Amino acid sequence: MSSPFEQILDPARRADPYPLFDRLRDTPVARQPDGTYVVSTYREIVSLLHDPRVSSDRRNLGSDAGEAPRDPSFIGLDPPEHDRLRRLAMRHFGPPHAARTVEELRPEMLAIATRLIDGLAGRSRADIVDEVAYPLPVAVICRLLGVPEEDEPRFHAWADQAIETLGPGEQDRAERERARREVLTELENYLAGLAEDRRRAPGTDMLSGFVTYHGPEGGMTHREVVATAVLLLIAGHETTINLIANGLLTFLRHPGLLDRVRAEPGLIVPAVEELLRYEPPVQLISSRIALADIEVGGTTIPAGSPVVLAVAAGSRDPAHTPDPGLFLLDRPRNEHLGFGGGAHYCFGAPLARLETQIVLGELVRRLRAPRLVADPPPYRPSAVLRGPRHLVIDYAGVDPA
Amino acid sequence: MRVVVDLTRCQGYGQCVFLAPDVFTMREEALLYDLDPAADQDDHVRRAAAACPVQAIHLDWAARRPPSGRPARREGRIVVVGASLAGARAAEVLRREGFEGTITLIGDEAGEPYDRPPLSKQVLTGQVAAGHTLLPRLRDTGAEWLCGVPAAALDVAGKRVLLADGREVPFDRVLLATGTRARPWPEPAEAALEGVHTLRTVADAARLRAALAAGPRRVLILGAGFTGSEIASVCRELDLPVTVVERAATPLMSALGGVIGEVAAGLQRAHGVDLRCGVTVAALEGDPAGRLRGARLSDGSTVEADVAVVALGSVRNVEWLQGSGLAAGPWGVTCDAGCRAVDLNGLVTDDVFVAGDIARFPHPLYEYQFMSLEHWGNAVDQAEIAAHNMVSDQAHRWPYLAAPVFWSSQFGVNIKSAGVPTFADEIMITQGSAAERRFVAVYGYRGRVTAAVTFDQAMWLEFYQRLIEGAAPFPPDFRHVDRRAGDGPVSARVPERVVPTAGATVVVTGHDPAERRASLLHSGGTA
Repeated sequence: MSSPFEQILDPARRADPYPLFDRLRDTPVARQPDGTYVVSTYREIVSLLHDPRVSSDRRNLGSDAGEAPRDPSFIGLDPPEHDRLRRLAMRHFGPPHAARTVEELRPEMLAIATRLIDGLAGRSRADIVDEVAYPLPVAVICRLLGVPEEDEPRFHAWADQAIETLGPGEQDRAERERARREVLTELENYLAGLAEDRRRAPGTDMLSGFVTYHGPEGGMTHREVVATAVLLLIAGHETTINLIANGLLTFLRHPGLLDRVRAEPGLIVPAVEELLRYEPPVQLISSRIALADIEVGGTTIPAGSPVVLAVAAGSRDPAHTPDPGLFLLDRPRNEHLGFGGGAHYCFGAPLARLETQIVLGELVRRLRAPRLVADPPPYRPSAVLRGPRHLVIDYAGVDPA
Repeated sequence: MRVVVDLTRCQGYGQCVFLAPDVFTMREEALLYDLDPAADQDDHVRRAAAACPVQAIHLDWAARRPPSGRPARREGRIVVVGASLAGARAAEVLRREGFEGTITLIGDEAGEPYDRPPLSKQVLTGQVAAGHTLLPRLRDTGAEWLCGVPAAALDVAGKRVLLADGREVPFDRVLLATGTRARPWPEPAEAALEGVHTLRTVADAARLRAALAAGPRRVLILGAGFTGSEIASVCRELDLPVTVVERAATPLMSALGGVIGEVAAGLQRAHGVDLRCGVTVAALEGDPAGRLRGARLSDGSTVEADVAVVALGSVRNVEWLQGSGLAAGPWGVTCDAGCRAVDLNGLVTDDVFVAGDIARFPHPLYEYQFMSLEHWGNAVDQAEIAAHNMVSDQAHRWPYLAAPVFWSSQFGVNIKSAGVPTFADEIMITQGSAAERRFVAVYGYRGRVTAAVTFDQAMWLEFYQRLIEGAAPFPPDFRHVDRRAGDGPVSARVPERVVPTAGATVVVTGHDPAERRASLLHSGGTA
């Protein structure tokens, strides 16, 4: 009998891993046969997210981890390099220098959502993943970064493969890293070319900001620009797709929810927070390394060990949240791990929130009598970024925008 | 909609700024916000509150913990003296705990309780009007409010509070939460000059805001503690020339010691503050019309200024307790870790409780030394403990054991601290760099970690708080991220913790156990 964590990694268990996460929490810090430590309770995860003895830089793992990535993006770096690059990227995305960037995208996000939902009219069946959940965040991240929309199909494939090769565990990591690097190289080459274009003719997009900004602490090197752009491009949509798809799936499984949100559209705000807790797109944070012996939850994680934070288990920890298995629209003080925490708190969280609030709100408002064709739907294989591969629904019609 | 952010919880993620950029602003991690935003921002504020990763935005006093079960004492009369943050919070917690008796709140200021931290920040810059810092409305506590009249005396034996207007308010249990007031300039004639300010109340803030908005030629600030430094920061933000005079060798010295004080000094000077340390003001000077003209300093120099802010700390509002028999004096009101007041003899009372700025309680982490803390978080947390204990029996009382946490925003930097930084002999920068003014500094006392201070690195603080609470060895000896070469422990340069007092405050009289008593000495030296 394999351990709960090994079963969680098994793609066959993707449709409902939550009973396994419940079992995982019985051992808050569980050592795996490959030496990975999996942490699954809320308090312990939060403490490690804020623990400076935990590194996000895989170059801190011993030599047996395969070839290290050449240019980690800030998600794979520790302070101070992480902080510097993240600050340089944030300059063009959020406070303090560009606090309104995301909020000002709201009308455009609504326009895109409206266009995509209009496309569902005149039929009675659609795949919400392919037709809404995927194209929306892609269009938004392209707009933000300055990627021409006509290039979108090219990196669709790249991004998908990059995700499929991601995962916890050390056993075949070297092989997966190799496959991953091939894909990323193509994406990097594409973005490097785009960055060159922006350097010659800057626009108002983030990529132009990356290549042109030089402040007191310098700017981004060419390689840093590419690494950051790859990160934002992939992370900027692969997670949001799942959040949107998981969201509609959850609503359709609980028709009462659908009615309540339709009656009171403001409820979409707490609903998305509850989704991030209840069906988080990022289920595991898989690339941390202990720099020192760390005692947590009564166990000592030895220095040098890979650490996996099972955030999907932590957000359903009954010691932290009452009735964690219930989806409660108006859950008070909903403190979840949907976007992680600490220095690596999701860079794109404000974007993901707003996109999901808008598109789910519009789907709920406009789709007449939607229902699932298959439950559970087919899932993508990744245990780290979990979501339906397709979400086919039937509906009676589409109300006008 | 009223907004208050619990900045002791805030870790600077900035999600609120993304979602409501017209309400929340942030420079690196220093968050400022409109406490009373326009109605058209309601939707944005709700989104921001929902998105806060640490749920630090309060639109009402949402319960932090579920009620702890049926209280042992549900009935009776509870009187809360002091209707500011701690008093108001206590009233709310009493109801949340299930107390069904009567609650009476006594406050010397008219009107609803308001939040004070913004008074030295958003209010002075003009971002928020002085009258718009009211705390989010309490849930309906059904409390009786006696506002605008100060309490004049406490009769412990007779169980009643006497008001200045002669009324008497009986109680079964009473909570003392009268807080502090600004320490005035000691020369009354100089303090009365037009242009000389202190900052404690909303009225003070309105006056000082008007004075700054009028565009004075120079502002003089007496004292570079947190209040003085924050006001200096506002002045520079308003592009006003400002001179800060500080007796100690650096700003913030008495709170954070000289090492971090040097960093603060660099911060002030980099923002154009004329900072004079190791100097005091000898006299404030006025013109014949009674307007402030400038000041003479102890080093013989002079400063020309038409506005001066006296920021020399605070005085505890405990005079009304004279004669009550409680251990109440300039040091505060002594209590046990459960907020029960101690009488002059050191005996714990059972129906008199204390919370907030005036509470002087023993902290086990600091060798059971008695301390009083003038922090926002202390007022809130201690009020919660006191209220819980007021309705609980002996077996279900909670001790107040939290490591103190406080924060300040100045010159665009978010400064936070956990533990007691003055309880230290050494300090080291463990993460980041003082030169970049982004760092974590850890304080140690005789080989254990006792405090930590962060500049724009708030999200690491809870890790260090656990080191403090776990009495971890100092200096920290583990490998971790962002440790810079060459950083090792140095002398913390904290002020002497035991300040010799001018004279005794208590004498013990009597001979055998039945008659031995402590008596308080008042300024005249009489018991």
